[in-house]
Amino acid sequence: MSAITSYFKDIFLAIKTLITGMKVTGYYFTHARKEIITQQYPENKDTLKMPDRFRGIVTMPHDENNEHSCTGCSACELACPNGSIEIMWDRIEDPDTGKKKKVIDQHVYHYSMCTLCNLCIIACPTDAIKMAQTFEYATFDRKSLTMVLNKPGSKIRKGVEE
Amino acid sequence: MYNFSSLTQSIHDYLASTLSPELTSVVEWTLIGVLLIAFVALSVMGLVYIERKVAAFFQLRLGPNRVGKWGLLQTLADFLKLLMKEHITARAADKFLFNLAPFIIVIAAFLAIGAIPFALGLHIMDINIGVFYISAVSSIGVLGILIGGWAGNNKYSLIGALRSGAQIVSYEISAMLSLLAVVVLAGDLQLSAIIESQADGWWIFKGHIPVFIAFIIFLIAGTAETNRGPFDLAEAESELTAGFHTEYSGIKFAMFFLAEYVNLFIIAAVGATVFLGGWMPFHIGNWEAFNTVMDFIPTIIWFFMKVGFIIGIIMWFKWTFPRLRIDQILVLEWKYLLPINLVNLLVVAFIAMMGWYF
Repeated sequence: MSAITSYFKDIFLAIKTLITGMKVTGYYFTHARKEIITQQYPENKDTLKMPDRFRGIVTMPHDENNEHSCTGCSACELACPNGSIEIMWDRIEDPDTGKKKKVIDQHVYHYSMCTLCNLCIIACPTDAIKMAQTFEYATFDRKSLTMVLNKPGSKIRKGVEE
Repeated sequence: MYNFSSLTQSIHDYLASTLSPELTSVVEWTLIGVLLIAFVALSVMGLVYIERKVAAFFQLRLGPNRVGKWGLLQTLADFLKLLMKEHITARAADKFLFNLAPFIIVIAAFLAIGAIPFALGLHIMDINIGVFYISAVSSIGVLGILIGGWAGNNKYSLIGALRSGAQIVSYEISAMLSLLAVVVLAGDLQLSAIIESQADGWWIFKGHIPVFIAFIIFLIAGTAETNRGPFDLAEAESELTAGFHTEYSGIKFAMFFLAEYVNLFIIAAVGATVFLGGWMPFHIGNWEAFNTVMDFIPTIIWFFMKVGFIIGIIMWFKWTFPRLRIDQILVLEWKYLLPINLVNLLVVAFIAMMGWYF
């Protein structure tokens, strides 16, 4: 008896789930004009807006005083699986306390080795680096793929290290 | 209702008055052949374009949109590309069978399309066993698939061909038995007689639930017979590269492609003719005024509207459901569709015997 009931139950469940699937695609089909997600890229270059989670390239945001939040702690360098980040740091004397202090000299980033895995951004304790929304980095010279992320003359923002 | 036989009769009279009887027949056959080839080529190009657009909309994409306005010339461009491609025959292939297979599959498709009633009086051959004839010749196509898969001498094509053979041989039974439900009610195998019997309402409405179940089973079996939709494991791209036509290129590949879409059209046309009344306008019993209004829409438009409706449903299947495994396909046919179909046929026979239909 249970075999017979399960036979018919299978048929009804199959029809029910198939209709559920057809409802979903039917909604997409009838609302295609509104819901289409394809970007017609070269034409809409000016208005193209990338989604928030898009990973373009590693950048270091600077504020209007040319200050960033990088302490030169090398956490991103250690986290990088490809060795595409090199931190060159320096020691300077702190004018307030007179003690020697470690600061960032150059944050070197090799885009040619980067897989955009986001691990350096997770590792950064001060949120100094983040993924940009830009793309189109094809180039004829691979030297241009090695970038220094901190701008020349920039300093660490006050209060980041406390 | 405009009767196309007046047009065809006038052409025949004109030809007969100017040419000898033998030459008249030759000219008429040539004319029908050319018209059929032109119709098939145009409708396949249209169907490929529609299929790509429909698939794109189901998946929230745009589809072809570069060649011509809205990509309308895309299939023409693809066809020209296929015409100019090189014919490659693998060295280890069976040359004769390899070159024969595309022709078998196209010939089977053309044989079937010859028996389809397009409109009132627009019917190439109205044989008295029309339903039987169409399902018989459309299963010749599987021979082309099996031969093509074997002759390519490639493991992928052979596996694809054998899967296709097992699948089509099984689903032929369901397709035929579901058509038999209406044949029992109409009492005739001739397609024009089946259409005439629907003058006071289509069988899908007149025949209650059993005919509706038969219609659903016909849609499933028809989708399986055309190697489409969730049943396209004969050419499962992810496992078998392209299945039975892996080794084909250029125009021979295009012939397999053409036959696939002609078969889709044939299945839709047979379903429309048998269940939805073919070219018969939407009539309700004795409502004379309503029926007269419906008669103003030409029969050929009714036919293509119904065919388009069924093709739309089959495309909806294809772009919604995941592909079945070979064992699931055979289980679906032999354990579910066939028993339901046989019981359904008994119920229909009982209904027909007691006269419990409109």
